[in-house]
Amino acid sequence: MALIAEILFSILTGTALFLFSKNLLTIRRNILIGKEAFINDRPAERWKQVILLAFGQKKMFRNPLVAILHLFVYVGFIIINIELLEIIVDGITGSHRAFAPLLGTSYDLLINSFEILAALVLIACVVFYSRRNIIRLKRFISKDLNGWPRSDANAILITEIVLMGLFLIMNAADPASNFLISSYLKPLFNSFNESQLSVIEHTAWWIHIIGIYAFMNYLPYSKHLHIILAFPNAYYAPLEPKGKMHNMQSIQNEVLYAMQPEMAPTEAAAPEKFGAKDVMDLSWKNLMDAYSCTECGRCSAACPANLTGKLLSPRKIMMSTRDRLEAVGKNIDANKAFVDDGKSLLHDYITVEELRACTTCNACVEECPVSISPMDIILELRRSLVMEESNAPAEWNGMFSNIENNFAPWKFSPDDRDAWTSQS
Amino acid sequence: MKVNTMAEFMAKGEQPEVLFWVGCAGSFDQRAQKITKAFATILDKAGVNYAILGKEEACTGDPARRAGNEFMFQMMAYQNIQVLNGYNIKKIVTTCPHCFNTLKNEYPVLGGNYEVIHHTQFLQELIEQGKIKFTDSNEWKGKSITYHDSCYLGRANEIYEAPRKVLESLDMELREMKRCKSKGLCCGAGGAQMFKEEEKGDKRINTERADEALATKSDFVASACPFCNTMMTDGIKNRTEEVHTEVLDIAEIIAKAIQ
Repeated sequence: MALIAEILFSILTGTALFLFSKNLLTIRRNILIGKEAFINDRPAERWKQVILLAFGQKKMFRNPLVAILHLFVYVGFIIINIELLEIIVDGITGSHRAFAPLLGTSYDLLINSFEILAALVLIACVVFYSRRNIIRLKRFISKDLNGWPRSDANAILITEIVLMGLFLIMNAADPASNFLISSYLKPLFNSFNESQLSVIEHTAWWIHIIGIYAFMNYLPYSKHLHIILAFPNAYYAPLEPKGKMHNMQSIQNEVLYAMQPEMAPTEAAAPEKFGAKDVMDLSWKNLMDAYSCTECGRCSAACPANLTGKLLSPRKIMMSTRDRLEAVGKNIDANKAFVDDGKSLLHDYITVEELRACTTCNACVEECPVSISPMDIILELRRSLVMEESNAPAEWNGMFSNIENNFAPWKFSPDDRDAWTSQS
Repeated sequence: MKVNTMAEFMAKGEQPEVLFWVGCAGSFDQRAQKITKAFATILDKAGVNYAILGKEEACTGDPARRAGNEFMFQMMAYQNIQVLNGYNIKKIVTTCPHCFNTLKNEYPVLGGNYEVIHHTQFLQELIEQGKIKFTDSNEWKGKSITYHDSCYLGRANEIYEAPRKVLESLDMELREMKRCKSKGLCCGAGGAQMFKEEEKGDKRINTERADEALATKSDFVASACPFCNTMMTDGIKNRTEEVHTEVLDIAEIIAKAIQ
């Protein structure tokens, strides 16, 4: 009987890990659909960003109360996963609390701290759930989240609450145990005899571990993927001032060859697409951004366009990018290579009206706790609109021609540029 | 006023210590011209040896690039860098955060390497060095003021302190808006929005920001960008019928207090 449980557990663990790695590899492949971006300079500064932004959650502390609750969940998640090691050892070898004899008295200390964290995680998740569903904060009731994204967020919170509950029940139902938090739950189990308690403990143990495996395999389909991708995303986040736009070398060269024809290469290079029309025209960092997005909406809450009722929502830009990328990924799975489906990120997923509303103020970039730049995607799509489709509002076309002819965005004579010096 | 151009300096075989990059708004926009003149006055009084490019200056290409027209940006950048490098320019000061950002961050990769500072930083330097002295009875003392952060100075380049330090040096009472510094709300002009109508929404961005500025009940609103200045002035006009809270550039405030 015990042997069957051990075999069953091993198969379960193997399957869970196999499916999880398979999904992660698919995500990696999808991210690498993006264009090459050479981001590997200044490693010392990049590691500093990982420590400050990912491990230290620096941006979260712009709102200290929420940051502390999130920190409970985050630390709880990492530390309680140490307990997972014991659970796996117990499961595979059929032992019970395999680490207890090894650690002696410090084992109790360890489990006690796990229990405290579990309780804090539970409380934090209840607060988070009520912020979304009872207090109904503006960024959580936004139409961005209608449908699946809203269920996704709630499912994660409920799963966390249930998992932490099971961990505490499992300890409470263990007759030999006497831990800090679960001991308060023991009265609940007074009426059960020892064999019934053993069943409860084992059931909680099984549901707990199955729950964890299910959660792990749910991650790749969920906004919760940030728990993994926040780290590489912080590493690859830009180190330069936020005001700097990515340079287009190809156009720089075109201008150079037009001005200095002697510099032009004799063989003409293949024409390149300008800007981004679809996900494959974005950089892999843009695509990793899309998978890292937690859909928290801090970006949209700070966006001047969004908070004055314009269609643009930086969060929705990220969600649309991920949706399109996943559609392209499925297309590749089905056809071995991408087959044109008559759709593109620009127009079909993100509209011109959204793009036009951006003031490039960087508020979304500043707020993002996981180093995403929605603005970068917006600007790449704008480049495609203007340079590939000549799609610009009439006023912008006027501005372009003024710059071209008068060297200023307005129609003034360049001869009057220094006229202010002769005014009183 | 007499302002020397780079061409004039070159004819004399001299090099100024700094180039004042005026920018398109500062050159042509009537309101922004006042800021330009105020800053030039300060430079004169502080004894700074400076020049302008005059008719040789051209748009940096910022609005074209942000609208998506990289060709136009590259054309302007090429032209400007030729001129700047031709004069062997080392240091540039500008009253426009958009020009500042482009010159400082976007020209180096194209071969234009200069020390670029914003006029609020330059003013802070001049005050600290004692080159700007205020009159004993300057009209700003004790007046309250709220500073509107320009996105291209603030978040884009993390310059939050210089403009505030300058205002504090005048013994003004600095009142912060609800959203300030890295959380500052845009005036609505950036990303080439200045040159087109806003998209459909339920409020104008500059009205939203003007409301925040007015909520501080300050005597004045300070700006450090000619576009922010226009947007904030319009926003405030839309909100108040009679008495308009004046929106002033930091250079204009200093120019009125200088000895």
